[in-house]
Amino acid sequence: MCNVQLEVNALNSNKIAQYLMAKNQMTSPSNGPADPLINASLASPSIHRQKVRWGECFIQFGLAICALISLATTAIIIFILGKESFGFFKSVSPAEFFLGSQWTPLFEPAAYGVLPLVWGTFLITFGAALIAIPLGLASAIYLSEYASRRTRSVLKPCLELLAGIPTVVYGYLALTFVTPLLRSIFPDLQVFNALSGAIVVGIMILPMIATLSDNALKAVPDILRHGAYALGATSFEVTTKVVVPAGLSGVIAAFLLAISRAIGETMAVTLAAGATPNLSLSFLESIQTMTAYIVQVSLGDTPAGGIAYQTLFAVAALLFLITLALNLLSQWILNHYREAYDQD
Amino acid sequence: MNTSETNFTDMPNCSNKGFPPQVNPSAPMPNITHCDTQAVGNEKTDGDAQTTGKPEATEQQPLLQLKQVSIFYDNNAAVRKTSFPIPKHKITAIIGPSGCGKSTLLRAINRMNDFIPNVRLTGKILYNNQDLYSKNVDPVAVRRRIGMVFQKPNPFPKSIYKNIAWGPGINGYQGSMPELVEQSLKQAALWNEVKNRLHDSALSLSGGQQQRLCIARTLAMQPDILLMDEPCSALDPISTAHIEDLLFKLKSNYTIVIVTHSMQQAARISDYTAFMETGHLIEYGDTDQVFTLPKQKRTEEYVTGRFG
Repeated sequence: MCNVQLEVNALNSNKIAQYLMAKNQMTSPSNGPADPLINASLASPSIHRQKVRWGECFIQFGLAICALISLATTAIIIFILGKESFGFFKSVSPAEFFLGSQWTPLFEPAAYGVLPLVWGTFLITFGAALIAIPLGLASAIYLSEYASRRTRSVLKPCLELLAGIPTVVYGYLALTFVTPLLRSIFPDLQVFNALSGAIVVGIMILPMIATLSDNALKAVPDILRHGAYALGATSFEVTTKVVVPAGLSGVIAAFLLAISRAIGETMAVTLAAGATPNLSLSFLESIQTMTAYIVQVSLGDTPAGGIAYQTLFAVAALLFLITLALNLLSQWILNHYREAYDQD
Repeated sequence: MNTSETNFTDMPNCSNKGFPPQVNPSAPMPNITHCDTQAVGNEKTDGDAQTTGKPEATEQQPLLQLKQVSIFYDNNAAVRKTSFPIPKHKITAIIGPSGCGKSTLLRAINRMNDFIPNVRLTGKILYNNQDLYSKNVDPVAVRRRIGMVFQKPNPFPKSIYKNIAWGPGINGYQGSMPELVEQSLKQAALWNEVKNRLHDSALSLSGGQQQRLCIARTLAMQPDILLMDEPCSALDPISTAHIEDLLFKLKSNYTIVIVTHSMQQAARISDYTAFMETGHLIEYGDTDQVFTLPKQKRTEEYVTGRFG
């Protein structure tokens, strides 16, 4: 996400640079209109189309292909997920899948109720969001509104560094550090537990929320801040009552992207939270998320084509739908609740 | 000299309880707080109608007095040793070519330069004989008394109503908010245009309307002084005329300082004019005198359009 934005910025600045260069050439005082030579060479004889610009066509075509690759990939994934899930639902009724509370597709008697997996995913995501949203928003506010330029130049790269740590490291950290630490507070904590999973996933998505929200808040024009300050507002009032509402669309988008990431997170939760499909309310027990189940089956010796194999696709399709719904929701929220500060 | 940044956060917060601030006895600027009520109270709200008369007594003492003010960005002086008075209930215009320091000087009056890093001010800005840059002055409280309208209209991305109610709201205004909103919009000559759509977004207004909304928003705070930083530069002539009319009316209740690039505007609306160039005050005087009988050659050249 960050990278994409950076690229877009880079593109824009390129454009700007080109524009400026062009403008400089036009207005450069050294070769003004007084110079007859320049005038002669600038005078273009005709505005009729003279030749096809093949290079231009080629570039356009190439770019279109690149754009289509991602579209095609998405289409293929949806197709495969749909096809295999369809096979799955021929043998297992949707009612059993969505309402059953037992998930034991690999054992006898096999049960195909997906709720425990969904619940596991929800527990992790909810816990992670509970940790990451307040901390992330607070960091973003500090970075964008309070931190001096120097503090910011140190803190922000540190946060981004946190985002670069491989997720398996987080999982390992949960298992060997967070869980033992938590055990001193909750003595009956299991080795694999949802709590440490939620904590490390929360830490993992924290930088994402912080940096994206910081970008959103930084983008709020200073004239709004100054307008508020000029009315006798304190920094805190300016931040909470003008800047955050004005940047809210970006902040919410950051939240939802981070939550999508938490839902899809695999390695850390597999290591930290275990592989026990469990409908328990407790954060202290081992659970299994949808992604962790996919890992478990993919790594095992489940034969291709069987019903256990098809469960993979049914779970993956459900995961896909949940993330999609979340993205749509974020779009909707953006369109309906933002205080647009740009005037066009 | 204290840089603003330290002051801005460290000062004890001027408490929100006593709005309008004039009646708050615990405000950190007690000697600022009492002298203005008699003149402004009448028109503004029923709340502070302490009309004790004798407004002419305050005429002798300018409300604001700049004394040897120099302002530096890092070590570059943007304003050098500038002194002039800003009399009460008059319009004072600051004119001069771009980059002469007039906006910097204006922002210094309500401590808005505090938000620019490495700005330093020497000299004094006396507001009712109290230095706005002394250590025991709370910049937040200063800005409540000295409002500012910016060059580019900057309404909050909220409804028209909320834009006006925002300032009084955060300052704990106790009276009837709808009345205050109506009154402020009427003062800013905007009421008739927006009274049926108070809850529409402020951004749906035209540029000129937005600027009047920003003026109304500032008036709702019932400030003593209105600072205007080229308020018409982004507006068309009709909107500009609206705002000039408005300033003329507001003059009876407010002290206005306006920075403008338009000499005609300064000549039309101001009572006193200060002409600045490269950070120096070249000439200050009665507007008629500055425009018709300038004492300095530079002033004459500028106001007659020979440079700038």
